Amino acid sequence: MATKPKLSVYWAASCGGCEIAVANLHERLLDVEAAFDFVFCPCLLDTKKQDVEAMADGSIAVTLFNGAIRTEENLEMARLLRRKSQVLIAFGACAAQGGIPGLSNVSTAADHLRTIYLQGPTLDNPEGTIPRRQTVVDEGVLALPGLLDQVSPLADVVEVDYTIPGCPPESHQIWAVVDAVIRGVALPPPGSVLGAGASTVCDECPRTRGDKRIDQLRRTWEIDPDPDRCLLEQGVVCVGLATRGGCGALCPQVQAPCIGCYGPPEGVTDQGGKMVSALGSMIDIEPLKGLPEAEIVARIDAIFDAIPDYAGCFYKFGLPGSSLKAAVAARVGVSAQDDQ
Amino acid sequence: MTGTFEPTIVGFLCNWCSYAGADKAGAAGMPYPPNLRTIRVMCTGRIDAQFVLKAFAEGADGVLILGCHPGDCHYKEQNYRALGRHRLLLRVLEQHGIERQRCRFDFVSAAEAAEFAAVVGEMTADIRQLGPVNLRAVGADAQ
Repeated sequence: MATKPKLSVYWAASCGGCEIAVANLHERLLDVEAAFDFVFCPCLLDTKKQDVEAMADGSIAVTLFNGAIRTEENLEMARLLRRKSQVLIAFGACAAQGGIPGLSNVSTAADHLRTIYLQGPTLDNPEGTIPRRQTVVDEGVLALPGLLDQVSPLADVVEVDYTIPGCPPESHQIWAVVDAVIRGVALPPPGSVLGAGASTVCDECPRTRGDKRIDQLRRTWEIDPDPDRCLLEQGVVCVGLATRGGCGALCPQVQAPCIGCYGPPEGVTDQGGKMVSALGSMIDIEPLKGLPEAEIVARIDAIFDAIPDYAGCFYKFGLPGSSLKAAVAARVGVSAQDDQ
Repeated sequence: MTGTFEPTIVGFLCNWCSYAGADKAGAAGMPYPPNLRTIRVMCTGRIDAQFVLKAFAEGADGVLILGCHPGDCHYKEQNYRALGRHRLLLRVLEQHGIERQRCRFDFVSAAEAAEFAAVVGEMTADIRQLGPVNLRAVGADAQ
């Protein structure tokens, strides 16, 4: 029997949803199994890190790496799987851009530990114990991987060949990529985004779009939106116009605004910046005309007061990859926080 | 340290108003700080928030946007759009640890040379006080 190419799926700082998306291939998993030797996937298989270490470098054909880089362990596994894989794919929003864990970059690791373990109002921690890399107990030394100071996307710590975005990537998109690999279709140039569109979620959204004149922003629980009209026009902050398509506009079709999980579309470097530009220019200005300058500013501010968290709204899945955070990362690199 | 710090301020000036106002200030020999790096745009409505973010990411200490007074826009009402973007962007910048004074929007007409010089002077003084952008300081401030 000819040797099948090896496939691995790993999770770093992630929720497990990417594995579920793989499992949602359903009976096609049998086709994957027929084409590949599925060698490593801590969620589904028993193989361990030592088994991967024992493999020759470059012996895994494709690794789907999901999850962000939050801990020293995530970093170590990213480097190991990079070395063992011919093609390393950043799989899902967290590996692609930092994802939900990346929102923690509004603060530092030291601040998180302080907030979570020392300052919570319901805590009872008189000795001020926080997780440490090493703890000596009677039986020996217990070790935990340290937190890195900031969360990074996979491409910030190792070279990444392709990205499949989404939280999680849609199963039919995963299949399209896997099927192309099985059939030996030539892959696009390294660095490309696979399993997604080039344009925006709006292009896939069936809602009718008209003039956008917003006089009030509404959070999802404050409105039962008209199911046929653009959500943004109804004052619901939908980031579909700053988000790459490929999902089929699933959320807007069930009355939920797009929250941006597929990341920025082609030509957009900063998803939040794009959304700020779009939303900022949709305010209904007719009632503002003729007002004193200070009053115009006050009226605009009153509308934006309805948004409680800007990073969580405009960079929900990509804060570490935003222009400003990426600039910080480029300057300081990946660093562990010192005082653990 | 703030005594020796000279900020770099990127200025987006509208062709129809503040750029001409800056010209007029220059022609009249009005002194203003040399910290402004001027980029002429046809309208403040052309300024994508990504431009401002890029300026800060590449090391600007401040970004100044000067447009036409309400009602005077050469393209009808794009200065209102620019103002809306700016008000929203300020909040995003603050969450990144960039103080409000570092990103200023103001109305300066082609005739307001003195106003132009005053705004640049004020902003330069404000940012000299603040010091360089420190994107890392976010967590500490949040406590």
